Amino acid sequence: MSTDTTQTATSGDEEPSRAELAARVTELEEQIAETTSEDSQPKMSIIATKGTLDMAYPPLILASTAAAFDYEVTVFHTFWGLDILHEKRSKDLKLSSVGNPNMPMPNAIAALPGMDRMTTKMMEKKIDNNDTATIEELIDTSLEMGVEFQACQMTIDLMDYDEDDFYDGVTTGVGAATAIQDMADADIQLLI
Amino acid sequence: MTEYETTDTLDVKGQNCPMPVVKTKQNVDQLAEGDVLEVLATDPGSMSDLGGWADTTDGVELLDQQEGDDVYKHYVRKTEA
Repeated sequence: MSTDTTQTATSGDEEPSRAELAARVTELEEQIAETTSEDSQPKMSIIATKGTLDMAYPPLILASTAAAFDYEVTVFHTFWGLDILHEKRSKDLKLSSVGNPNMPMPNAIAALPGMDRMTTKMMEKKIDNNDTATIEELIDTSLEMGVEFQACQMTIDLMDYDEDDFYDGVTTGVGAATAIQDMADADIQLLI
Repeated sequence: MTEYETTDTLDVKGQNCPMPVVKTKQNVDQLAEGDVLEVLATDPGSMSDLGGWADTTDGVELLDQQEGDDVYKHYVRKTEA
């Protein structure tokens, strides 16, 4: 790395001329202008991997809010996170009553048949009473605001879903490389 | 009391996070430079959230926030078209 820097590309042993310095200054100013202007729209990249009712909210709330902050937002949905974009399944997301120590029931009872359905109903009622936005509302609003929802192609094939199963405006035919590219460009990267 | 004229009013009473901020942004986008939007909310979080949003987002300025009995009023000016 640290080689002898006394001998530079500028012509031989002379000091760089005023004109050369001026040209260099202009070039640097242009670079600064380039990095600080136009391309200054901040970016956020979220990877959504969970498909339970409670875990569907954070990516959607953060995506729509970041869009309100003028962020360019992409949400890459993979594995169970894909259900959030699935028009039919997104309206039927479940809350698990097992393995959540905050649930007001012991795991042994939570594991009984029908319990997930009961806790889901409970949560849906709470959401409704609190006027919290529904998953569908959040997706529609996010799309309106320019959020790009991406459906992982590998998961679509794995789950045997069809491209038409997703909300209009969802991007399909993308993979991990697209997600990495978005993350590399982003100011905020989240795995949810 | 105020040195600004309200151009438009957005009623997000009853709506919760993230809707007050998101709807405000969508509404501001429809306004012209210099217009002032009044936002009526019941979500107590809107006080901090709209303040933070206006602070961080270019082209908007939070003129005032009023905490009423059960309605929070926010006044946002669009400073850039």
